[in-house]
Amino acid sequence: MRLIEGKIGMMFRTLKTALAVLGATLLAATASAQDTIKIGVTQPLTGAFAASGNYVTQGAKIAEEQINAAGGVLGKKIQLIVEDNKSNPTEAVSTAEKLITREKVPVMLGAWSSTLTLAVMPKLEEYKVPMLVETSSSGKITTSGNPFIFRISPTSEMEAKAFSPLFKKMNIKKADFLATNNDFGLGASKEFSAAAKAAGVQVGVMETMDPKATDFSAQLAKIKASGSDTLFVTTAVEQITLILKQAKDQQVKARIITTGGSNSPDQLIQQAGDAANDSYHLVFFTPWFPEAVKNPDIAKRFVSLWNEKKYHVGGLTEGFRGWDGIYTITAAIKAAGKAEPEAIRKALWNVKVKGINGDIAFIKQGPAGKESAQNVPSVYLVKIAGGKVTRQ
Amino acid sequence: MDQFLQHVLNALILGGTYALLGIGLTLIFGIMRVVNFAHGELYAFGAYMMYLWVMVLGTNFYLALPLAVLLGVMLGALMEFVLLRKMRGADIDTTMLIMIGAWIALQNTQQLTWTGVAKSIDSPFPTSPLVLGSVSVSWNRLFVFIVALALIGATYVIINRTRLGKAMRATFQDRDTAALMGVDINRIYTATFALGSGLAAAAGALLGPVFVVYPTMGDLASLKAFAIVILGGLGSIPGATIGGFILAFMEELGAGYVSSGYRDAMGFLLIIIILLVKPTGLFAQKERIG
Repeated sequence: MRLIEGKIGMMFRTLKTALAVLGATLLAATASAQDTIKIGVTQPLTGAFAASGNYVTQGAKIAEEQINAAGGVLGKKIQLIVEDNKSNPTEAVSTAEKLITREKVPVMLGAWSSTLTLAVMPKLEEYKVPMLVETSSSGKITTSGNPFIFRISPTSEMEAKAFSPLFKKMNIKKADFLATNNDFGLGASKEFSAAAKAAGVQVGVMETMDPKATDFSAQLAKIKASGSDTLFVTTAVEQITLILKQAKDQQVKARIITTGGSNSPDQLIQQAGDAANDSYHLVFFTPWFPEAVKNPDIAKRFVSLWNEKKYHVGGLTEGFRGWDGIYTITAAIKAAGKAEPEAIRKALWNVKVKGINGDIAFIKQGPAGKESAQNVPSVYLVKIAGGKVTRQ
Repeated sequence: MDQFLQHVLNALILGGTYALLGIGLTLIFGIMRVVNFAHGELYAFGAYMMYLWVMVLGTNFYLALPLAVLLGVMLGALMEFVLLRKMRGADIDTTMLIMIGAWIALQNTQQLTWTGVAKSIDSPFPTSPLVLGSVSVSWNRLFVFIVALALIGATYVIINRTRLGKAMRATFQDRDTAALMGVDINRIYTATFALGSGLAAAAGALLGPVFVVYPTMGDLASLKAFAIVILGGLGSIPGATIGGFILAFMEELGAGYVSSGYRDAMGFLLIIIILLVKPTGLFAQKERIG
């Protein structure tokens, strides 16, 4: 009998300890929830754009660590709540809804591709929460009259405009276009072909491909037959790799220029090998020569932190967007003085942030009264030659 | 004309791998009545195993290929044994749901193991293509085409000339009677699923070095395989072979002369037309009842 009592006593003690531990954890959780300012992040961590989405998230997390190590903002630490939108517009909408209603984030970063961002936009208006757009380049995002959009990445139009003087310099006479069949690709083809026409360049064939396609033989045969000297390609790095390889197989002679900044030249060198040589790429960050950017100190610091973490070197050209995004959001929270959606939205209009891409500040775009905010970022052209990225 | 010849050459090369993908799927459906949604994942698995052998372990390319296929065969046999054997006699919807689950689980395992960053596999072929007059094709693709044709031929021989093939055909015609005649149905099912999986893994292992390898690569392969099988008639191996080439020609010529934006629509347009005219597909054998 005594033995049994002893056992029961012991069980009680264990139970009490367990309760105490549980209680302490719960208390700690509430305490930390009060002490942090949440920032919602929706990125494609799985699915077709998984590689890029993970890089952006890694960059954002490095920024989170740095900001918190330097004391956080408004006396609190920032806390990223990262949700996976699975490269799928429907999922992107549910992640936004979850972040806003359940996690109560006052501001978000997202959603990588133009299609994903466009899907999330109505939810921002519904819940009146601002979102910083770090990658998407479709013009529609800032011209459709959504006052909760703050974009730091360039639009396809800006990119095409930045490229315009090069049509003559690179002696382009006739250009073909090959783009992924979505908001990003079609938008870029439209803007770059318009810029080409304006520069007196003849426009050859305009081809598209499914975002998931892996075989472009038909498109490339057509491009080869068109006899252009230059081919503009707009898609993500996976498809660019395949296009470079297959263009070589089919002996497409045109010089290839990729747009959109999701072209990761390091990854192309690694995976397309010889086929990557003599191709040109428009990028928004040049980690190979950080001294060339506007704020070299920040760029160098980011590259060294990235390498310290042993992240993939090809991810730097995506990862910087996460860093710039989180620093811009944090600057707005600081200026707002409180972590509330409307205050942050107002403050974002006036932020001036020294970013990796350059100085970040917003101008108005879209219909009057409902303007979206657009940053004017730097655009660089690099060339792959002899298995190395070179400056142009 | 040059452009047309290049399109024809491209379609032939593409058709070989499409046929390989279709045969594996049609075999499993024809004999087991299982709609194998995990087919594309076996394709991705073959490609990743090729990456493992060639790029991680440094095995010789030509040795890695059969090893990757063998692993695909083993995974197929394991899946049949663990997932499907217990469900023998279950209706087609139940096994379909199981295979959808397997598809999701396999794809996410691949993502977890290899991350989302695409991988490339080095091949021993020369980087400059084979040039035939005005058209050209890469050596690697030519190799894929030849091996694909050889594998398709080997599958015919297995089905039509061996004891195992005879038992498979008997099971296809009537499972119960075959069982009564002494055919070990369980063994036939495992062999069928393993063979079908091996063919998908072979397609992946062959195409991995041509394309890049990434976790969701199987989705598109599944979609094409289903299209080919429906086109050729469910359960028909000649149907899947010819269906593979028809789909490749439709896509290639459709993209070349109509619009590349509708490249994938071309194939499906053809499927709709064929199904309207001949609802069982081009080469379907008589529907089995019961």
